[in-house]
Amino acid sequence: MADSQGPLWEVFVQKKAGQPFVHCGNLHAFDKEMALQNSRDLYTRRGEGMALWVVLSSNIVSSSPEDIGSFFEPSNDKIFRHPTFYQIPDGVGHM
Amino acid sequence: MSIILVKRALNPYICCAGMKARLNMSVNVEELFESKLAKNDIIEPKDWMPENYRKHLIRQISQHAHSEIVGMLPEGNWITRAPSLRAKLVLLAKVQDEGGHGLYLYTAAESLGTSRDEMLDALHTGKAKYSSIFNYPTLTWADIGAIGWLVDGAAIMNQVMLQRTSYGPYARAMVRICKEESFHQRQGYEVMTKLSFGTPEQKEMAQDALNRWWYPTLMMFGPPDAESPNSDNAIKWRIKRETNDQLRQRFVNQTIPQIEYLGLTCPDKSLKWNEAKKGYDFSEPDWAEFKNVIHGNGPCNKERLVSRNKSHKDGEWVRAAASEFARKQNESTAA
Ligand SMILES: [Fe+2]
Ligand SMILES: [Fe+2]
Repeated sequence: MADSQGPLWEVFVQKKAGQPFVHCGNLHAFDKEMALQNSRDLYTRRGEGMALWVVLSSNIVSSSPEDIGSFFEPSNDKIFRHPTFYQIPDGVGHM
Repeated sequence: MSIILVKRALNPYICCAGMKARLNMSVNVEELFESKLAKNDIIEPKDWMPENYRKHLIRQISQHAHSEIVGMLPEGNWITRAPSLRAKLVLLAKVQDEGGHGLYLYTAAESLGTSRDEMLDALHTGKAKYSSIFNYPTLTWADIGAIGWLVDGAAIMNQVMLQRTSYGPYARAMVRICKEESFHQRQGYEVMTKLSFGTPEQKEMAQDALNRWWYPTLMMFGPPDAESPNSDNAIKWRIKRETNDQLRQRFVNQTIPQIEYLGLTCPDKSLKWNEAKKGYDFSEPDWAEFKNVIHGNGPCNKERLVSRNKSHKDGEWVRAAASEFARKQNESTAA
């Protein structure tokens, strides 16, 4: 994957303190410091965030589209994980 | 669970041949792909896709990336001669954005299995195309205004459509780019406004820029639908959602009132409002000139390629040094 532009890094930006880091794109850089500086220049030129994570793309482990069915299936049939599964008498009020 | 996770420790982008083979056995991947397009679902890098869809995207996205990078050259030409410090800051920021657009697009193309080196090589050897518009010279300061207003305006029209393109990484790059583009067009129109309401000489300069950029801008949308070789597939695959002629018409409708506001005259003498279609009838650009410029014979093609090659070559020692520095750092942390 490394070519003359260095390896690929994924960039995550936090809009402001307290919010989750969100993936915003990727870029090439030779080392972590350069990846961080280039991310700042490329992805936060207009106040898009105040904190950045960069991670080598090759270190990311991801699920696979072919497994959508079997991999995520266990979450589909468990309706008792949702609050609407339970009946609370009207008289109780908001819960 | 852990077995599955280990099996998935693959490059997150490239769908390997083995995976494709396994897929072929279980479901008809082609049908799955078609049904996703029909539902307006987005195709992601690891999803199965027809080879021609992949090739079409690599070609289109890399050409788009090249256009952003080469587009920095005609405007960069005026950074040192901008008429005020404000104008210089604005132009610098604009040209920097275009460099960023190129970077978003190159990595979007890389997610389809091509490499930055391959793409840059194709650009530098003249094999790859980029937008014909950037082979025209920027002769006066008014050209900077005309480029932001007309050229970025035309690009925005195309890019707004591409925010809903069927390939995820391309669509996401477009969303970022469109956010940044609106300032580009406005700063260009501001330059045109200042000149058009300035001295008679300044107004003439603005008119001259409009005269020279009008038809090349109309060419940016590509050949007429009847002669556009790649359009059918692009529409079928939902890469594009509107045709070249539709976008061109919308651009003309939007731009004529802006020309009138400036008190300038559109160089198209036969332009006129057509009440029936609620749009303007306008003259086609000279498509022979378009072909000629695309094939390398525009006023600045050679200069653009020489500049690109020089800048890449001048950066060679920086890449070599950075690469060596990274290698040494890795060595010392490993030890
Ligand atoms: Fe751009
Ligand atoms: Fe732009």
